[in-house]
Amino acid sequence: MKYAEAGINLEIDLGTGNIERKATDEMLTESHLGGQGTAARILWDRVPPEVDAFSPDNLLIFSTGLLVGTPVIGANRTMVNTISPQTDRYSHSIFGGFFGPELKYAGYDKIILRGKAQSLIYLYINNDKVEIRDAAHLQGKGASETAEIIQAELKDTRIQVAAIGLAGENRVFMASIEHANSSASRGVGMIMGDKRLKAIAVRGTKDTYVAKPAELFQICNRMVQEIHDNPDAGDTMAHGEGDEFHVNNFAWGNARGRRKDFWSKEREEAWLSLENKLRVRWNGCYNCPKDCHQAINYPGRRPYFQKCYSKLTYAMAAMEDLEFDYDIIGLTQEYGLDAYSTPQVMAFAIELFEAGILTSQDLPDFPATGAARFFYLLEIIVRREGIGDALANGVYLAARQIGKGAEAFDHNTMKKFEQVPIKLSMINYPYFLMYATGEKMAINQIEGSFPQTPIADKAEREAYVKGWVAAPERFKKWLMEWEPRTHPTIEASVHICDWNETMHYVDDAIGTCAFLSSFRGQFGGRPPYHIHNLPELISLATGKPLDSDGLWKIAARNRNLIRAINIRRGLRRVDEAPPANQWKHRDPLAEKQLLDAYYEFKGWNDDGIPTAETLDRFDLSYVKDDFIGRGILEKEHMTHDKT
Amino acid sequence: MAQAKKIRKRITIHANKCIGCRACELACAAFHAKPRYSSINPARSRIQIIKDPLKDIYLPVYAGEYTATECTSRNKYILDGKEYSNCDFCRASCPSRDLFKEPDSGLALKCDMCEDTPPLKLPKCVEWCPKGALIYEEVEEQVQEQAPPLGAIEIGVESMIEKYGLQKVLETVAKLARP
Repeated sequence: MKYAEAGINLEIDLGTGNIERKATDEMLTESHLGGQGTAARILWDRVPPEVDAFSPDNLLIFSTGLLVGTPVIGANRTMVNTISPQTDRYSHSIFGGFFGPELKYAGYDKIILRGKAQSLIYLYINNDKVEIRDAAHLQGKGASETAEIIQAELKDTRIQVAAIGLAGENRVFMASIEHANSSASRGVGMIMGDKRLKAIAVRGTKDTYVAKPAELFQICNRMVQEIHDNPDAGDTMAHGEGDEFHVNNFAWGNARGRRKDFWSKEREEAWLSLENKLRVRWNGCYNCPKDCHQAINYPGRRPYFQKCYSKLTYAMAAMEDLEFDYDIIGLTQEYGLDAYSTPQVMAFAIELFEAGILTSQDLPDFPATGAARFFYLLEIIVRREGIGDALANGVYLAARQIGKGAEAFDHNTMKKFEQVPIKLSMINYPYFLMYATGEKMAINQIEGSFPQTPIADKAEREAYVKGWVAAPERFKKWLMEWEPRTHPTIEASVHICDWNETMHYVDDAIGTCAFLSSFRGQFGGRPPYHIHNLPELISLATGKPLDSDGLWKIAARNRNLIRAINIRRGLRRVDEAPPANQWKHRDPLAEKQLLDAYYEFKGWNDDGIPTAETLDRFDLSYVKDDFIGRGILEKEHMTHDKT
Repeated sequence: MAQAKKIRKRITIHANKCIGCRACELACAAFHAKPRYSSINPARSRIQIIKDPLKDIYLPVYAGEYTATECTSRNKYILDGKEYSNCDFCRASCPSRDLFKEPDSGLALKCDMCEDTPPLKLPKCVEWCPKGALIYEEVEEQVQEQAPPLGAIEIGVESMIEKYGLQKVLETVAKLARP
């Protein structure tokens, strides 16, 4: 019997219809934990760089985190990994809700999909019974509508469904995978559509086991109340906190300017009253007492779940107000679209129109207001109609397809992917490194443990550091020394970037929610989960000894392996450049020093490639051999001086 | 029969406070595993959240008595514009649905308020619901004094009678009793 994990991966070839149950490899679980970690290993082994994202040989992997389905509070994440055609790199996405636990209870850690079905199908997993079913009747249906139809036809409302909408079916690059109150963004829905897989429906009623159940339950029994009471845990931004910060500090339109005059007391009151009117209820994910999501009932739309920052992304990109956002999400979530990247594509199209690069021939009867234009663009993008076909490939590729100077309006992508629209005045050292070197294409998947800004008041700083159990010792000194309007030192910045990303690599392997862990440490410094208490929880669940250093090493191994996947697909130092206007005041010398210091700290060479020694240190010799075989690394000296 | 005072355990369900996280199901299932906490499987839970989130239906329901036959009716309740079936409120482990049955054996499950020695302060589901949707209370009630409980043989014979009829059981006992 295996602990924490179910011990079985489901291997499905959608081209041939072959379905196999494969036992997981215990050694891999020990070295990568699970979730994204083991998924990355499978992608490394089976999807070489010669395989194009659209090839049937590209894999789409749904992974439950190692702790999903155990009593660990908020361990409910499903990771989705594949190769993205937009970036030609590793693609990583996460969603919460109830899907991952249901899959674990059905007896599986992963669903590994290859091949393409001949027509639209959906997958039905009910414990040992796994069926590929016709989905012709679901074609064009909205994502939550699809879930509802499947639950009705299988006569079980406990079935958990992850589905794509029209955007995924039409291979729109911004397509998401939608499930209950969560969604997987960064383009994974497009690969699901490319494989002609409309939905995965799961029902599981099997037992899962942990190694030390009584001990683990005792801790979780205490933590459920602590997490509920912890004001720094959960998505406090969903509850209105941060609206003012976001509208004041994030860039509007096509990631252009800030609007310092937009927010007012009246605006705040109007927003609160609108939200209270539209909200059906706050609700949560599996086994978590935080109510981070709200069910919304907007007149004329299907009820939907509002997710995180999607509350503002469409409104700000369209230069509209909150009500417009609530209105358009009613459509975009049914179509299955990523609320981070899609609004940027639309705002980009509007700029091209205003600049005369797109004309009324491209956009016949294009309306005048931001709201009407967004609704118009939405329909042509999800259907890939006319110019919508280019726009559906995301800003970077669309700019190059459209040409005529459109490239100049692509100013907020990095590694070909749309970035969060935040343009600030002064370069920020740790943020420069996180943007430059992150493999996950989104800053919110990298930042999160060290505070974003220094604490001005000395006494407050001391109090913060005093109870800062989440932080490894070295960070306490760096925070104490950090004065307003100064940069942390280069050494501190390197470590801050390292700690921030490490915690995400931990969450992505074990399935704990970033709002209880990797993302939330930066605000208040009291995240429920951190590098010092997670090893015990993992160890009680798996029965294998683990300490903080050991967990850090596993996270670093996963980080290097994912780095290696991208290196093998061509990623080099030259790509690690945040958008030119990310900060108004840049510092090329400091940036070079930062990148040099970070690469050196990571054990990567000047081009950002993990060295042979580093790969050996993380037991990734097979990566080293592959790199040497491909000429990415030079062959090591075979003779050693034995004197 | 004479009147007596009895402490009755009660869980008050504030359905409007439920956020649908199902931690109660997880905790219940694990507590009732044998040995305690040895497995986790919400399908074995004696509390189930009847949920249709986009219709704002969140109804924690506890497993009650087993019933051999299902109801003939499927009445509807409309409460605050939300539609429920009478099954949604029903606590029975019943042939018409999978709820409140052991997933392997199909044996009926029933909430026992987490009776344990020594007694717990709170039933596990209540302890795992910091949202306050489940509130445990002990209330004193006047009850009719109960007849002494049936012994194991009596329970067995009673179910044999229910299944085969009194006559058949009597004949069988007589047959077996013959020297």
